[in-house]
Amino acid sequence: MKAALIIVAVIALAALFGPLLLPYDPISIDWNSVRVGLFTDGHMLGTDDLGRDRLARLLVGTRVTLSVALAAAMVALVIGVAWGAIAGWVGGRTDELMMRIVDGLYALPFMFVVILLMVVFGRSILLVFLGIGFVEWLTMARVVRGQVIALKQRPFVLAAEAAGSPARATLIRHILPNVAGVAIAYLMLTVPHVVMIESFLSFLGLGVQEPMTSLGILVNEGAEEMDMNPAALLLPGGVLIALIACLTIAGERFRDRLADAAK
Amino acid sequence: MIAQRLLTAIPTLLAIIILSFILMRIAPGGPFDGERPLAPEVRASLEAAYGLDKSLPEQVWMYLSRLAQGDFGPSMVYRDFTVSGLIAEALPVSLLIGGCALVLAAMLGISAGLWAALRAGKWQDEVLMLGATLLTALPTFVTGPLLALIFGLWLGWLPVSGQNDGINWLILPVVALALPVTGAVAKLARAGLAGELGSDHIRAARARGIAPLTILRRHALRPALVPVASYLGPAAAALLTGAVVIETVFGLPGLGRYFVQGALNRDYPLVLGVVTLYAALIILFNLFADLIYGWLDPRMREG
Repeated sequence: MKAALIIVAVIALAALFGPLLLPYDPISIDWNSVRVGLFTDGHMLGTDDLGRDRLARLLVGTRVTLSVALAAAMVALVIGVAWGAIAGWVGGRTDELMMRIVDGLYALPFMFVVILLMVVFGRSILLVFLGIGFVEWLTMARVVRGQVIALKQRPFVLAAEAAGSPARATLIRHILPNVAGVAIAYLMLTVPHVVMIESFLSFLGLGVQEPMTSLGILVNEGAEEMDMNPAALLLPGGVLIALIACLTIAGERFRDRLADAAK
Repeated sequence: MIAQRLLTAIPTLLAIIILSFILMRIAPGGPFDGERPLAPEVRASLEAAYGLDKSLPEQVWMYLSRLAQGDFGPSMVYRDFTVSGLIAEALPVSLLIGGCALVLAAMLGISAGLWAALRAGKWQDEVLMLGATLLTALPTFVTGPLLALIFGLWLGWLPVSGQNDGINWLILPVVALALPVTGAVAKLARAGLAGELGSDHIRAARARGIAPLTILRRHALRPALVPVASYLGPAAAALLTGAVVIETVFGLPGLGRYFVQGALNRDYPLVLGVVTLYAALIILFNLFADLIYGWLDPRMREG
């Protein structure tokens, strides 16, 4: 788990600060150095067909992918926690209805709904993460609901209620802090999932748009010239796989630890 | 129980169709916005021909009543083609790739998962499970081109794209599609069997001196596979979405490509047809998973 987190941290820091250290920006076109190879003219990873520095593009693309993923995961977190907490807390008919809706949405081929959303509302980056967030909250809602229902029976919550604490206060002061751990574990698992979806959309040309770039776009560009320049595919693909794998491993370990601690 | 599930499937399907219908219609742009603007009269008659001049509820109703008769309507962009015709052509390709990938992922994933569970806590388990996690992290749009690069371009063993008369064109798309699902199946199979092996009835069987292999075969295996069965629905969804990319990467004439093309071209009937079909397939798979549950674990047959 530590190694996985360190890899994620290194990639994130490089994406955040790396572009500041480079003398090139990712969108300036330079017709004098088109498609130069690795380590030439100060371009460590060479340049693409428009003479743009590949390293700068890789770093900025990673940054865009990560920010979209974080933002979308936050959207999923807010909707999921609110939905799950209300359903679990209110219970009865309301719970039944709210969870039926979640079940129904689970059956949706939601990737296609995201694609439809992207096509319908244009391809702004804001909508990319809102759209992804809106389909990614389902698991969070289920997990949080289960947790809230379990917590409702716990003595400290019953005691708070017996002491006359209003429902709102009980929910905010006693229930939500205890849901936080599980919510964070699933947040950690949502991020790599969103990274995957965002890259998928960008790969199909439905996500982030030029001149902005993301790992998915870089993989797509790389796939087109892989016969001449395999590094163009291998590098963004490798960063993407490393990110998803390490985030998944860290998230799963964290979740398992919480589950063990609960026993 | 099956009848009840079927009954709840119908409103779900209806909701999906209506939602997609409305989403497509409120999108800016239409199927007749080409490079050259059409003359207003031509445009009006085209829209009248496809029923686009009617109100939204009327259009939804028209679509649904035609759909009930198994008619997906005409394609608005591929003129002279019906959506049913396009689907009939593309569906076999998608089903072939998806089906092969599902079988491959199930076989590899279940064997790896069971083996890991039998070696629980040992290094083989650790390695296999790390491998499984890595597999689930492999996006098809990276592995697809990568496999094409290695086995198609560098080694020259397999075709890089397109179909041919043999079956070797299938290998790369199927493998790329199956890899992440294999990882997920392996994890679930391991969790299922490891949990089962620690349960009381298995310990009782062991105490009676039944041979380990017999215990595995007769007592542990079926309930251990319940988590895998529950993954069938999501797996079908993952394969269908993965197929969108795989068909694009390998240039195969499947449903996924029609979906993306249709969405970009605002070919309403084509997109709706594909979404409807996908939703129906996923619902069908979930139903199928329920049937397998009942067979794997008789306790779940009631309720």
